Amino acid sequence: MADFLQQVVSGLATGGIYASLALAIVLIHRATRVVNFAQGEMAMVTTYVAWTLIDHGVSYWLSFVLTLALAFVGGVLVHQAVMRPFQDAPVVTAVMVTIGLFILLNGLAAWIWSSEVKAFPSAFSTRPIDVGGVVFSLQDLGVIAVSLGVVAGLFALFRFTKAGLALRAAAFNPATSRLAGVPVGRMLAAGWGLAAVLGAVSGMMVAPSVFLDPNMMRPVLLYALAAAVLGGLDSPLGALVAGLLLGVLLNLLGAYVDFVGTDLRLPVALAIILAVLLVRPAGLFGSVAARRV
Amino acid sequence: MTALLEVDGLTGSYGSFTALHGITLAVQEGEMVAILGANGAGKTTTLRTVSGTIPRRGRIAFGGRDIGRLPPDRIARLGVAHAPEGRGTVAELTVMENLRLGAYSRPARAFRDDLQRVAAYFPWMERRGGQQAGTLSGGEQQMLALGRALMLRPRLLMLDEPSLGLAPIVVQDLYRIVRTLNREEGLAVLTVEQNAMLALESATRAYVLEGGRVALEGSSAELRGNESVRRSYLGY
Ligand SMILES: Nc1ncnc2c1ncn2[C@@H]1O[C@H](COP(=O)(O)OP(=O)(O)OP(=O)(O)O)[C@@H](O)[C@H]1O
Ligand SMILES: [Mg+2]
Repeated sequence: MADFLQQVVSGLATGGIYASLALAIVLIHRATRVVNFAQGEMAMVTTYVAWTLIDHGVSYWLSFVLTLALAFVGGVLVHQAVMRPFQDAPVVTAVMVTIGLFILLNGLAAWIWSSEVKAFPSAFSTRPIDVGGVVFSLQDLGVIAVSLGVVAGLFALFRFTKAGLALRAAAFNPATSRLAGVPVGRMLAAGWGLAAVLGAVSGMMVAPSVFLDPNMMRPVLLYALAAAVLGGLDSPLGALVAGLLLGVLLNLLGAYVDFVGTDLRLPVALAIILAVLLVRPAGLFGSVAARRV
Repeated sequence: MTALLEVDGLTGSYGSFTALHGITLAVQEGEMVAILGANGAGKTTTLRTVSGTIPRRGRIAFGGRDIGRLPPDRIARLGVAHAPEGRGTVAELTVMENLRLGAYSRPARAFRDDLQRVAAYFPWMERRGGQQAGTLSGGEQQMLALGRALMLRPRLLMLDEPSLGLAPIVVQDLYRIVRTLNREEGLAVLTVEQNAMLALESATRAYVLEGGRVALEGSSAELRGNESVRRSYLGY
């Protein structure tokens, strides 16, 4: 039982990382119908920015906050410079642009920081702590707290502030939002900024365990895409729940189902997701009927 | 005196198709004006050019200021509220969120008073504030679109067939509310209406569009007496 709890908590930690990136994908898809394949690479670049700051002697938490701010600015710039020119193009074209961006950022990161693997510090010690007989890693608990904290902050922003309302309205119905005085273009740009912030969190949380290199976000992106689809692609809550579930599922599969081990974790997890999607084609939290055409 | 809204030589187009060929019209401060016309005459297009949602050419002045090149959100913030044809609400948001959205350009402290004012006309909106707008009936959505537009505290309210699909009694209610807003609060209204009888009862003046041009204009009384208006739009 103690071991099971440990596995669940450590699954929640990776799940929180998937959920952050999945949420970023959902935010942009909900607003623009575009699946941003570059979301992981944007996260990777921001993680390099954090590494550079830390490498120059800036404290971890200051670097963390600065990186989030820079990620926001970067996301806005990517929208204005790269995505906006294609806003009236078919969705497939915009998706191709994000794939181009993926390749560009990947190459750029290798060119600037070299593709040599770097160690990325963790804010939390790897020291285990004992809670009533169950041993958790402080690192896992910290990752859960940070990723869920940022996600909760974002939910609060969307739910309780005027800017959040405008962001949601602009995503759902740009025409009506404009008539209500909402500068829709600026809201879309801010949406890209927030997505980049979420990505930066996932990058900085995953980097200590997978190490920093230009390809580090690829598996995370795959899991996040799976979680986003499983959650319904337009549902932030769905992305969060699916991301956490996926993290836990993968961890339990690896730990308890012998034949699965580490090699078969991904295929088995994806098979389970496909089975769920066969039963619920719109995902756990999506609704086919509510989808606009 | 310059008019609140002044439109001169206005053209509006969809891609390469020009739907308006030089419209000239005006709405005075505190006035209620109707636009009549057959299907496809360009009534909806006229409102869209004023609110800035489609490409347009010509002079459009609001409160003496040229708004012909401003984007729709800037025009809205100047005080032009457009309740468009069909749905003018955000289906995914709740009733209350739609009203809050309508108040986007207003200072936060004005919200309570503005809401009270709208709720005085539509008490159900406050009671059912948590309901998702997409689950409202067609008529309720129409009213919510009007409520959303009023939350902007507009100087000019533009309505596009607010009576469409509503039960006759609800239509009477809706127009009574609009007339009250116009007469008691001095809100200028520009309304597009298929129901010419209704429009000419409420508005003081009207324009009749045909093929993207103003075919006729005059006071409601004049137009009611006009032979061709009577035959084409009033049906007697
Ligand atoms: N989105 C659009 N794209 C292309 N053409 C359009 C579009 N909307 C309207 N039109 C064309 O512009 C012309 C004027 O249309 P408009 O909607 O202004 O008419 P209307 O007077 O409002 O008619 P109705 O009473 O049927 O609502 C029509 O010929 C119509 O086909
Ligand atoms: Mg029309």
